[in-house]
Amino acid sequence: MARFIARRLLGMVAVLFAISVIVFLIFNVVPNSDPAARIAGKNADPDLIARVNADLGLDQPLPVQYVTMMKQIFTGQLTSYASNRNVVEQIWEGLPATFSLCIGAAVIWMSLAVLFGYLSAVHAGRFADRALTVLSLVGISMPVFWLAAILLYFLSFKVQLFPTGSYVDLTEDPLDWAYHLVLPWFTLAVLFIGFYSRVLRSNMLDAMNEDYVRTARAKGLSERQVRIRHVLRNSMIPIVTLFGLDFGMVVGGGAILTETVYNLPGVGLYAGEAIRSLDLPPLMAVTMFGAFFIVLFNTVVDVAYAVLDPRIRLGEAAPA
Amino acid sequence: MTREPLLRVDDLRVSFATEDGVLQAVDGVSFDLAPGEVLAVVGESGCGKSVTAQTLTGLTRSPNTRISGSVTYRGRELTGLGDDALRDIRGEEIAMVFQDPMSSLNPVYRVGDQIVEMIRAHRDVSKKEARERTVELLTSVGIPNPQARVRSYPHEFSGGMRQRVMIAMALALEPAVLIADEPTTALDVTVQAQILRLLADLNRERELAVVLITHDLGVVAEVADRVVVMYAGQIVEDGTVDDIFYSPQHPYTWGLLGSLARLDRPRTGRLAQIAGAPPSLLDPPSGCRFAPRCAFQFGRCDQPPPLDHDGGTHLDRCWLGGDVKAEVRP
Amino acid sequence: MTPLLEVSDLVKHFPIKSGIVIEREVGRVRAVDGVSLTLGEGETLGLVGESGCGKSTLCRAILQLTPPTSGSVKFMGQELVGMSGRELRPLRRQMQMIFQDPFSSLNPRKRIGQIIGDPMDLHGLASGADLKRRVQDLLDRVGLRPEHYNRYPHEFSGGQRQRIGIARALALRPKLIVADEPVSALDVSVQAQIVNLLKDLQDEFGLSYLFVAHDLGVVRHVSDRVAVMYLGKVVEDSGTDDLYDRPIHPYSNALLSAVPIPDPRRNEARERVVLEGDVPSPSNPPAGCRFHTRCPWASEVCASDEPAMSDYGPGHAAACHHPRNTA
Repeated sequence: MARFIARRLLGMVAVLFAISVIVFLIFNVVPNSDPAARIAGKNADPDLIARVNADLGLDQPLPVQYVTMMKQIFTGQLTSYASNRNVVEQIWEGLPATFSLCIGAAVIWMSLAVLFGYLSAVHAGRFADRALTVLSLVGISMPVFWLAAILLYFLSFKVQLFPTGSYVDLTEDPLDWAYHLVLPWFTLAVLFIGFYSRVLRSNMLDAMNEDYVRTARAKGLSERQVRIRHVLRNSMIPIVTLFGLDFGMVVGGGAILTETVYNLPGVGLYAGEAIRSLDLPPLMAVTMFGAFFIVLFNTVVDVAYAVLDPRIRLGEAAPA
Repeated sequence: MTREPLLRVDDLRVSFATEDGVLQAVDGVSFDLAPGEVLAVVGESGCGKSVTAQTLTGLTRSPNTRISGSVTYRGRELTGLGDDALRDIRGEEIAMVFQDPMSSLNPVYRVGDQIVEMIRAHRDVSKKEARERTVELLTSVGIPNPQARVRSYPHEFSGGMRQRVMIAMALALEPAVLIADEPTTALDVTVQAQILRLLADLNRERELAVVLITHDLGVVAEVADRVVVMYAGQIVEDGTVDDIFYSPQHPYTWGLLGSLARLDRPRTGRLAQIAGAPPSLLDPPSGCRFAPRCAFQFGRCDQPPPLDHDGGTHLDRCWLGGDVKAEVRP
Repeated sequence: MTPLLEVSDLVKHFPIKSGIVIEREVGRVRAVDGVSLTLGEGETLGLVGESGCGKSTLCRAILQLTPPTSGSVKFMGQELVGMSGRELRPLRRQMQMIFQDPFSSLNPRKRIGQIIGDPMDLHGLASGADLKRRVQDLLDRVGLRPEHYNRYPHEFSGGQRQRIGIARALALRPKLIVADEPVSALDVSVQAQIVNLLKDLQDEFGLSYLFVAHDLGVVRHVSDRVAVMYLGKVVEDSGTDDLYDRPIHPYSNALLSAVPIPDPRRNEARERVVLEGDVPSPSNPPAGCRFHTRCPWASEVCASDEPAMSDYGPGHAAACHHPRNTA
């Protein structure tokens, strides 16, 4: 196990390196991204631009620029071209909002997905199943930004049930914090609830035909015990692994749209702005941040899989 | 038989609604099981033996299944029994062991936990007590180092050991009947010998009645007291193990015995084979179901023969008279 | 006369790898660990053993479906080990395989005619109408009907599918057919049909079989000679009648003793040897004689010295320090 994790961490370094190089190269190829010109302002003369270039080190050869940027990221000194603020600090400030959104949504989506998936499987073919299936499909089909806009319009504007976005810190006022996050949580969770409940339903229906379920019944366990301890438990393994990957993805950047529509000052919103202004330093930092989380959660998922399914032993030969 | 049968099956019929029509898997099966007796149910794939076995404890119940007839355990009718009552009987009175121990045990739970789960589903005991009992059980089926192996997972055992675990689990509550559905088919022959010896010991020491489902006549000869031969959903012969092996009365039984490559007989040029294949259970023949493949079929075989005897307890489903059989039997 | 197939000291190990950045070999699964056998033309050699003895791996190694780790396989006088794919191709026509599981060994998306005809097409032996005729001929030979040409595997029973597998193996008129448990997955009455078919085809086409099975009765019925395998090695090699009358190696003894006879009284009267314990892992075989951990007659020498194959009569060899039935 330790060897496996060590191998994965080494791999993570390689991935981060590759991503940073790719982002860097792409950025330097995209047209209309000359930061010096933008910083210098309109009607800047070539001299000013040249000085800005020198200031920011943009006249150095690319490899040197790359190394400098990497050094700056890891020492927390990277500054944005556009706002001249410390990028790493800004990401740090965005974390509470992003984590609040993502973790809350995750709790909601997992609980509801398991509930709906379980009910669907148990009542397969009957009305409850069909109704839940339709709901799931609707959930999967709604684009996040559209749903967010609709919810805001109906529940926030027309009927002042919920605030129109913005974020209240947890430490300030927990109830208000939650109140402001209800709509964003739901928006982000809906897609996943739909998808996960379908997957769980399908896994459970397969598991119900397994021999060990027959044994469990033959042992005299109640139908409920059979369903939860044997069918559900075994069906959850793929769900947990999917969750790890999706959660990593959501934290790593999947929440951009939600944060933008609801105006939550998280890392996603920050990333969105950086993209609009084609500001390389925050873009690079946010991408690395995202990649880090995704690789981290990939590893966590693999370890979790080995814990949940004792047949999987990472990197070791199976016992005779 | 002076003692009351432990299990009495009377005219059991089980059908499944499938896409292609109604499949009559079991079509009028009747037999008794006395306490401490080993009854073998022999037949090839599709004859209905597994469905019969699983129906005894209601494991085949589903919206697509129609069950008629009667299964009584110690005089109590099981076929219409409510789910709760049936669950009490499962494991406590009638336990089951299945063919493939790898897929029949839940791979994510430790073996000890699976046995403890069963014990605590029926008895009000603490986890500790249940665990102690589990260790005892594993010892009694010959698993070495049971204290440690209680914490092992199914995939960490070999095939034979896994089957022993299944047997230990089945015996946890000291049932009166053990239904073993092809318990050794997936095992190597030397391991099969170990498991059969274990079953024979258990039968002898605990007066455990066993219903043994198998297709292997050698296994039947090894452990059975009485034998029931099934074909196309029906019983075609019913007798003691000596009856079946030394004076079989049904052409299908002759065919089965004849097609074996036996170690105790000299090698022959060809194995006696039964021509053709078993009939479809969606649309079985109206007369004797074996007639299309039978070398001795004659006019009367258009009528379905009843299962009856020539005056003893040895039953067969064949129109041929006893004297004719004595002549033609291979 | 040179034997059709001569296997000498064939070894097939599978490495077990582990490591952080670079994977290193930390052990080996010794699936086949030095096997020698011979098969003459028109002969059937039975290969028996239980799970993990390496018989399936041996079949694949002989046919070069998996490259042997070391050793030699001489087929029709030519050394197969080390041959390139191109050199092997014409020889592959002469050696074919029948598989155990009739349900997974046929491509469910191909029609029977294609399954049987493809080998002939690939080797340029026939095409078009001629090909079809030959395929239907084969179908007839194995007991199926010409109209089955256009059907799919799922429309057939297990026994019929096995017949299709046999027809496919015969398509190229090979000299050697390796049958890996060809009847194990079939019902008893169907087994008899297939076994009889295989024997008839052997007479008609002059085939040689390497017949792998765990059913000792079936092996006895079809084989001229039998080799018994345990944990990657052949422990006894003998003419069939000789082996079954007079098994020399304790494992062969135990194996035969374990088979239940369909005769209740004789079963009871028999003296049985029931082995304790499980088969050891092929990645960590016992030192000395591999069977000594379960052998009722093992002694000290068995734990340290691996016995070599010795002769105990014409065509009957076994590897044991304490052979049985030698009187």
